Amino acid sequence: MASPGWPWEGSETMINAAAALPEILLVLFAMAALLFAVFGGKDEAAPSVLWASAAALAAAALFVGAGGRGTREAFHGAFVDDGYARFAKVTILLSAAAILVIGRRHMERLGILKFEYPILITLAAVGMMMMVSAGDLMALYMGLELQSLALYVVASIDRDSTRSTEAGLKYFVLGALSSGLLLYGASLVYGYAGTTLFSGILRAAGDGASIGLVFGLVFISVGLAFKVSAAPFHMWTPDVYEGAPTPVTAFFATAPKVAAMVLFGRVLWDAFGGVSGDWTQIVAFLSVVSMFLGAVAAIGQRDIKRLMAYSSISHMGFALIGLAAGTEEGARAMLIYMVVYVVMNIGVFAFILSMEREGEPVTDIGALNNYSKGEPLKGLALLVLMFSLAGVPPFVGFFAKLYVLSAAVGAGMAWLALAGAVASVIAAYYYLRIVYFMYFGEEGAPLDRTMTPANWIALLACAGAMAAGVVNLFGIEALAASAAAALVD
Amino acid sequence: MTPALFAFHAFSAAAVGGGLMTVLARHPVHSVLWLILAFLSSAGLFVLAGAEFVAMLLIVVYVGAVAVLFLFVVMMLDVDFAELKAEMAKFLPLGLLIGVILLMELALVFGVWSGAEGAVDSRAAPTPDPAETANTEALGALIYTRYIYPFQAAGLILLVAMIGAIVLTLRHRTGVKRQDVIAQMHRNPAEAVELKDVKPGQGL
Repeated sequence: MASPGWPWEGSETMINAAAALPEILLVLFAMAALLFAVFGGKDEAAPSVLWASAAALAAAALFVGAGGRGTREAFHGAFVDDGYARFAKVTILLSAAAILVIGRRHMERLGILKFEYPILITLAAVGMMMMVSAGDLMALYMGLELQSLALYVVASIDRDSTRSTEAGLKYFVLGALSSGLLLYGASLVYGYAGTTLFSGILRAAGDGASIGLVFGLVFISVGLAFKVSAAPFHMWTPDVYEGAPTPVTAFFATAPKVAAMVLFGRVLWDAFGGVSGDWTQIVAFLSVVSMFLGAVAAIGQRDIKRLMAYSSISHMGFALIGLAAGTEEGARAMLIYMVVYVVMNIGVFAFILSMEREGEPVTDIGALNNYSKGEPLKGLALLVLMFSLAGVPPFVGFFAKLYVLSAAVGAGMAWLALAGAVASVIAAYYYLRIVYFMYFGEEGAPLDRTMTPANWIALLACAGAMAAGVVNLFGIEALAASAAAALVD
Repeated sequence: MTPALFAFHAFSAAAVGGGLMTVLARHPVHSVLWLILAFLSSAGLFVLAGAEFVAMLLIVVYVGAVAVLFLFVVMMLDVDFAELKAEMAKFLPLGLLIGVILLMELALVFGVWSGAEGAVDSRAAPTPDPAETANTEALGALIYTRYIYPFQAAGLILLVAMIGAIVLTLRHRTGVKRQDVIAQMHRNPAEAVELKDVKPGQGL
């Protein structure tokens, strides 16, 4: 072909798709599994597809974690594979795999273990990987929508239950609204900078932010705050958590939160790093409102899924403190906080997923009355997790909070750290109330003692990690530090 | 007035009018027909702008497929649009208020708008000189090379949408008799036909 000398000539080498190999392999796996299940056993194949998906996700996590050093760009800068993205990807993939495994029995019992469920979870995980690797506003939006669309579907996968379909619909409508706001912001930013590449926006904004850029920044932040369910954009969270099938709720509480939070950090630093004075106040506001709203609104909740929803809003507030600090130390604290948060949630949901009375799932926290009398070991594990969620000192949850608070103090935002400390004291009430019910509650109809080995292991392992991690946090700290350095440099 | 300028005014008036009538038409089928007019006029505008490929695409994809699909959906769905509109009217004041506020904010931004240095150049950078390349070729090079990543990601999103539509709506009904071609072809007279000797004056 005659070459007219186009501006993109010779740029084929910049595609460099090898950097996105884990994503590509996971997508190929998902499509192969889809074909296998459609032409093979349909829903009889669902358990094997589920196990295979969990294995594929875990293998991808190993692949991402073991391979790749330094920073690589692909697709002309739209995709960035750096230490920050890899840290988030490993967390996302492992938590998605764990949620698939611990939710299997619950899905089977409800009769909604369809083969599409693990495939949609896998595709959602791919979307999250694309989110955390985004280097361009278009790539950001594509990853976000791939993730969200899969999540809308799994929220209403129990299609014969009104609550599940209502959850899916509510999530879809509000998610579409937030995507609209985000796109509006992205178009303003593009109008200002003339490019959608984060590096280009950073260069353009370096001249000092104009009002148009700040408008765009605010709208993008609102869109992302919806996705991390930070107050005041949290309204969907309790209803969706309550209505969706519990394994799906467990998934919502873990991997998507990590992806959205890490993406938030990516956008703020990579694209708007030069105007950090404009966004630290926005993020600090989101953070304070989320912490207090999550802590206060959870007090009246009797349903453990709603309670976990408000708990996650409050925890997102704490993680946002790390971002609000606007320093490398803050980014590190946010990453550590998210990992600890995910591990605690996997443990708690492994327990919630096996809360049954005479074979029927229950979600009322009154059902926990006197639980520890019959099940001392599991009761103790839940106690450790609740203490850790509340941030009681000997457990890892406390250190996670300590990191974000000290990052805030280090950035000269002592008031934010103080607000965080007050909010965590308020939030401790409802975590400790669960412990109170377990140990000193009235006699009531006991819960079933059945628990699948997978859930038992997950519960004990997460609780054990929260207690034993005190020694050195399993080396997460050093990994998070290098990941944060990769982001901030 | 040159013919091109005349065509521009005619097409833009038709596009705006079509868009307006799409929203205002009482009958939903009429709405879709007005929408088709808006699409066709926009295609005309694209031809005037020298983007002939996008113009043809608009006609083939939007008029040919999307609008016709809309027409089917509107005609087949049993939705009482008058009732829906009455419901909407309740939220109209609040919606208008929010709309006006957003519009004012936009006007504020527009009033003090200033792009970054070089924004106009960098916006134009991916577009080749239209005099040198055909626009199909230029679009192809952009979509399938420069922006292959968002393009493939969009494909994945559509796959998820398809899986979602199937998993949420498809019900396998049991006990439905379907045509089984293989079974039909393997039947032979010996097992398919039974001869009965019916005596005169008696039923079976």
